[in-house]
Amino acid sequence: MKSRRFVLTFPPETTGEPITYNLIRKYDIMVNIVKADVSPGKIGHLVMEMTAPAKVLKEGMAYMEQQNVECVPIDRTITYREDLCIHCGACSAVCFAGALTMNRKTAELSFEPEKCVVCELCLTACPLKLFSIDLG
Amino acid sequence: MAKKRTIEEINEKIRSGRAVVLTAEQVSAMGRESTPAEIAEKVDVVTTGTFGPMCSSGMFINFGHTDPPMRMERVTLNNVPVFAGIAAVDAYIGATETALPHDQYGGAHVIEELIAGREVLLHATAKGTDCYPRTEVKTLISRETVNEMIMLNPRNAYQNYNVAVNSTTGIKYTYMGTLLPSFGNANFSTSGELSPLLNDPEMRTIGVGTRIFFGGATGYVAWHGTQFNTGKPVNKHGIPIGNAATLALIGDARMMSTRFIRAAYFEKYGVSMFVGVGIPIPVLDEDMARRVMIRNSQIETNIIDYGSPGHDVLGRADYASLFAGEITLNGKKIRTAPLSSVKVAREIAETLREEITAGRFLITEPVEQFQKTSGLNSLEIRL
Repeated sequence: MKSRRFVLTFPPETTGEPITYNLIRKYDIMVNIVKADVSPGKIGHLVMEMTAPAKVLKEGMAYMEQQNVECVPIDRTITYREDLCIHCGACSAVCFAGALTMNRKTAELSFEPEKCVVCELCLTACPLKLFSIDLG
Repeated sequence: MAKKRTIEEINEKIRSGRAVVLTAEQVSAMGRESTPAEIAEKVDVVTTGTFGPMCSSGMFINFGHTDPPMRMERVTLNNVPVFAGIAAVDAYIGATETALPHDQYGGAHVIEELIAGREVLLHATAKGTDCYPRTEVKTLISRETVNEMIMLNPRNAYQNYNVAVNSTTGIKYTYMGTLLPSFGNANFSTSGELSPLLNDPEMRTIGVGTRIFFGGATGYVAWHGTQFNTGKPVNKHGIPIGNAATLALIGDARMMSTRFIRAAYFEKYGVSMFVGVGIPIPVLDEDMARRVMIRNSQIETNIIDYGSPGHDVLGRADYASLFAGEITLNGKKIRTAPLSSVKVAREIAETLREEITAGRFLITEPVEQFQKTSGLNSLEIRL
């Protein structure tokens, strides 16, 4: 079973459904909330790691779609202009999640979106402004 | 008695394609198994490289005269003010200059655009004189339309630099990058054993007139850099601890490449410019061999608290640990991150190695050696 990280976007109008609870109880998906920014009347975001067999995960995602919750794999929400990168390492300084690290041997920046917690610190730490995040 | 050679002998070997040229990293690795005498015997030249943010940089530009002519007084390029308090159509673009509120675009970006061959908007005004009657001009300029683009950077290639940490409970945004609270990270900015002035710490072979790799073109050491300080304490390997010597560099920016000159913006600090510099070090004798063999573990620098008003020195770190990703300060492990690109520094050292090996780049004897200094003046408030 693979763990994957997703960015969930909740519409401002909630249905009252306990979505995370249902993902756990009804679908038996192991859920790990990495970051949450949800308040009533506003678009909410949840960064969540989900662990389940592929089939179950698919069913859970279909359920979320029914509830108007957008669920996007984390690597599709972060854009990094690798072609323009000078591999200085300034972004790795702020990435406490360990998604951005310097490869000691090649001295190149390595980006593992699966480890990202969407703290957004790299957006400002990159002196060339090569990161952008689109949460929809 | 170990071999000694002169610059002229080395150049003779370069011309005939017989020179043995290694990068500073290669010679450091070789130094693990060879003695200084053996390296002095085998190696003629060692190439260095660095590619870091160097704020004290800029470019002279001559726009060419209009008809009727004008003595430009207030000048902007893409709305960034440039210094025009010199003759008629000369100006100096300071890398860190910005026009508020657009503080993320500055002189360095204008320089990068011009080097890239893109057009830039020139706007100049003047009072008008009998000899220079025009009072305003607005036009597009580019690398092709101007007469000169001369990069002249008063302070580049710092010999060693601080490690920055933050003791406070809030994020600090600095020219050393974003410093996380409570010693959350430690940022450093030199290329270590690849760095030019760390391979010739007493500047025996580097002085006024030294030919160098500069921003992708050939450049020269113009003078010692501002805040040049040879009075810093040195460690047992002869390496100054913390920021010490600097270089003023000059070169033709029209020949430069945006691979080695890049504009940068440091959050809530301002604009800076990544500058690529490479200096060849001739291995004249055993002493120089010993210098160029220097390894990251032998280069040390101060850990400075950028959260304290006086920038307190908290400890010392070596570059082997800094590059490995972790240092220890008062028993606490701190994650490290570089701000200068070793990847591009390697590319610079390798490019220079190839140029010299191919006989296209000769070594220079300094026209003048640098004077030793005993420290820096600070600015006293006397009013």
